[in-house]
Amino acid sequence: MSDTKPRKLKINILRYDPHIKGDEPHIDTFEIEEAPGMTLFIVLNDIREHHDASLKFDFVCRAGICGSCGMLINGKPGLACSTLTSRLPDEINLAPLPFFELIGDLSIYNGKWMRGMNERLETWIHHKEKELRDIDRIEEPMDPDLAEEIYELDRCIECGCCIAGCGTIQMNENFVGAVGLNKIARYRLDPRDERTDADYYELIGDENGVFGCMTLLGCEDVCPKKLPLQSKIAYMRRQMVKTGLNNNIRKCNCLQHEEKMPEH
Amino acid sequence: MSKLHHSRVPAYLDFLQSMSGLILALFIVGHILFEASILLGPDAMEKMTLFFEGYYFFGARYPIIITLLAAFIFALFILHAALAIRKIPSTYLQYKTFKTHKDRFRHEDTSLWMVQVVTGFAMFFLGSVHLYFMMVNPSKIGPYLSAQRVVEGWMWPLYLLLLFCVVLHAFVGLYRLALKWGWFEGKNYRTSRKIMKRLMRAGIAAYIVIGLASLGTYISIGLHLDETPAVKVDK
Ligand code: HEM
Ligand code: SF4
Ligand code: SF4
Ligand code: FES
Repeated sequence: MSDTKPRKLKINILRYDPHIKGDEPHIDTFEIEEAPGMTLFIVLNDIREHHDASLKFDFVCRAGICGSCGMLINGKPGLACSTLTSRLPDEINLAPLPFFELIGDLSIYNGKWMRGMNERLETWIHHKEKELRDIDRIEEPMDPDLAEEIYELDRCIECGCCIAGCGTIQMNENFVGAVGLNKIARYRLDPRDERTDADYYELIGDENGVFGCMTLLGCEDVCPKKLPLQSKIAYMRRQMVKTGLNNNIRKCNCLQHEEKMPEH
Repeated sequence: MSKLHHSRVPAYLDFLQSMSGLILALFIVGHILFEASILLGPDAMEKMTLFFEGYYFFGARYPIIITLLAAFIFALFILHAALAIRKIPSTYLQYKTFKTHKDRFRHEDTSLWMVQVVTGFAMFFLGSVHLYFMMVNPSKIGPYLSAQRVVEGWMWPLYLLLLFCVVLHAFVGLYRLALKWGWFEGKNYRTSRKIMKRLMRAGIAAYIVIGLASLGTYISIGLHLDETPAVKVDK
């Protein structure tokens, strides 16, 4: 390797800033000499430093933890900071993740969508009585295997790659996406959350929720944290079908809910 | 006990979509094999026909059994198609959005879904014609009568298209079904998915070959019907 000449990388970046009047989407091409161990994070900084200071993109942690550097890399969603150029061909196309609000160039406002999703699905522990107790109380012990399983799902960094890889959400913008379904699976596993399956059914028991997922598995195949999305969506689907088909769970008879379809 | 505010209907719809698809797919897996009995010769196919008409149980032929079976499959087929239109892109914009996503992403399982939508749509027409014929003409099934219908009745182009559609749709459907509900996840669900993908490919290849071979046999019998001894053209 050491005696071969470094590759010349051709980086094509889809650029557009909706906040600049008259700006039109266009591609800018930059030539970069590849260095050992180079990531797209290094490439983009190189471009901003030496070629074009106006290029917009997001980074915080550079270590695949903060979830801010998701982008389309040759059409596939991924984290720029964890993508080695050595794994890519000579020509690399970069574009912002689709679906999210565009800030400019490669920078997107995924945090805003994620916040909305978290509020909608109430992704926090619901623990009514004990919430009121004093904060000095000792936490109840948890089975280590279960803790491990919950932790596995908690590793989601809200990068939005699963959303950008989901064909369903492109056609139905109200779909909660794999990130949302994974979070519900995470709280359902947690014994500290007192919500029942009927409560979860209210949140994801329709075609904007788990029944909207068409098992395209784009999410599963692009998640940079390798979360078990396929398996957890299937798990929630089984639970939600069981709940929906369970006649022992009484249907409330308050008028405003009367067989109302979720879309309205 | 907690109460449900949301409608139960979406749960039923998803369940029925999968159940109807599963039964249809299993039916197809059997059906194409039974039809392939022609590969073992006209007598084998004749015996198969007699079997399905209940001859070996009741000592007489009851083609009504075929009618009932076809009606049952037709009903499932209509139910499944009615549920599937919820998923098929219904506006140009939706279609275009999905297509753009699919072409940019170049992700196999996403593309396979498009295959399912296209083959499913084609079967609205291809499948209906076939099922209707079988329902109303149950007594006209047999090695020679079927071959005659394939050739002189110009059914072969329809069967050719239907074969590709139904085999692709059924095996991709079974693959998706297993992942959708988490069946056969085993110890490592990612390994299982790879195995199931291979099984899906093998199933498609095998059934296309078997289907083409039997269709070819019917065509060849149909083309040479005049040379067949008249006694064999049963009623
Ligand atoms: C008019 C005919 C048909 C149409 C329009 C149709 C359409 C569809 C569509 C769009 C899907 C995807 C559903 C989803 O993503 O949730 C699907 C799934 C499926 N179809 Fe069909 N289909 C038809 C006939 C058939 C037949 C004849 C079979 C049997 C061979 C079959 C077996 C399946 C299976 C096993 C699935 C997977 C079920 C699931 O995802 O829950 N379909 N169909
Ligand atoms: S599930 Fe994976 S792809 Fe989706 S937001 Fe979380 S880490 Fe990113
Ligand atoms: S499996 Fe479901 S959530 Fe994941 S990409 Fe497909 S439709 Fe979206
Ligand atoms: S910079 Fe934080 S995940 Fe890439």
